Amino acid sequence: MNIYLDLFLTFARIGVCTFGGGIAMLPILQREVVDKKGWATGEELTDYYAIGQCTPGIIAVNLATFIGHKLKGALGGILATIGVVFPSVVIITLIAAFLRSFAEIPAVQHALTGINACVLALIAFSVHKLAKSTLKDIWCWLIFAVVLVCSFVFGLSPVTLVVAAGLSGWLIRRLTKGRKAGDRA
Amino acid sequence: MMFLQLFWEFFKVGLFAVGGGLATIPFLESMGSATGWFTPADLTTMIAVSESTPGPIGVNMATYVGFQVGSIPGAVIATLGLITPSVIVILIISGFLQKFRQSKTVDSVFYGLRPASTALIAAAGLKVALDVLVTVGSTQTHAFAISWPLVILTAAVFLAMKIKALGKLHPIVFIGISALAGILFKL
Repeated sequence: MNIYLDLFLTFARIGVCTFGGGIAMLPILQREVVDKKGWATGEELTDYYAIGQCTPGIIAVNLATFIGHKLKGALGGILATIGVVFPSVVIITLIAAFLRSFAEIPAVQHALTGINACVLALIAFSVHKLAKSTLKDIWCWLIFAVVLVCSFVFGLSPVTLVVAAGLSGWLIRRLTKGRKAGDRA
Repeated sequence: MMFLQLFWEFFKVGLFAVGGGLATIPFLESMGSATGWFTPADLTTMIAVSESTPGPIGVNMATYVGFQVGSIPGAVIATLGLITPSVIVILIISGFLQKFRQSKTVDSVFYGLRPASTALIAAAGLKVALDVLVTVGSTQTHAFAISWPLVILTAAVFLAMKIKALGKLHPIVFIGISALAGILFKL
């Protein structure tokens, strides 16, 4: 298949399967983009999420642009992004035109409650998978623990935490590099 | 002219709403009162629909507001307005990243970023967990109540994913089954 068409269709499929915000997209991305297509690695997804939390716009859109651009430049980025928003435009337009009371239908509400529980399980599974590839040593675990507490308990802004973590990574590498070289000698 | 304004209003939302789709809500609130395109009650309906349909919430909201203002062209233009700033910014950043990927400094920065990013995703997941599994202030004696049927459903899906044969299934299969379970058991 033409790669541009493939990008559009894959991201349209990701858009259809996403219920909730950008984080609900992670399990589908892992499945479609990492496992099936091999367009990005798990590490790259975490890079994109980190940057997406600090840059303008919706994370889901940022991720699509990143992966599309990595594969096929600016046009790839634009096509992947249009792909991910395409289902929303169609579905929401239909609902807004014909079924404004959609969200009040009891069956929809019950289904959504079930879906939310499922999405939670999928997210937990994905985070577990991500952690295996990103938490490689004690320093990584330390950064993980501090950021988790600062974000979840103290509600610190992701921008602050991402900048601080980037700086810490740079510092840790600088400080530990000399020791490693010494070990070898 | 109205379409131009619609594009511009959503361009601003896309430019200033940093983070997830829910970060757009405060911007939409002020847009509604400034333009008169929709009332706070309309916005509540839009949020409910956006959360209960497939697609990123932020995009759903833009499409809904756009449709309300200018029918199908409005829906398309509002959505394009929302995504334009982030596409431009990310294309620039992504270009830089590919250029400097070999750099030791960039590599060291990402060494620290990845665990932080995993933690931010985990924290967002914990917020979802609180949202889904815990109801606050349902009775006077209990400050909060845990919804056990949903805990069981969540655990069941998680364990099912762990089984090799089932773990290969597409996530949408689990989503579909959970939706059915929700309807059958009136969750």
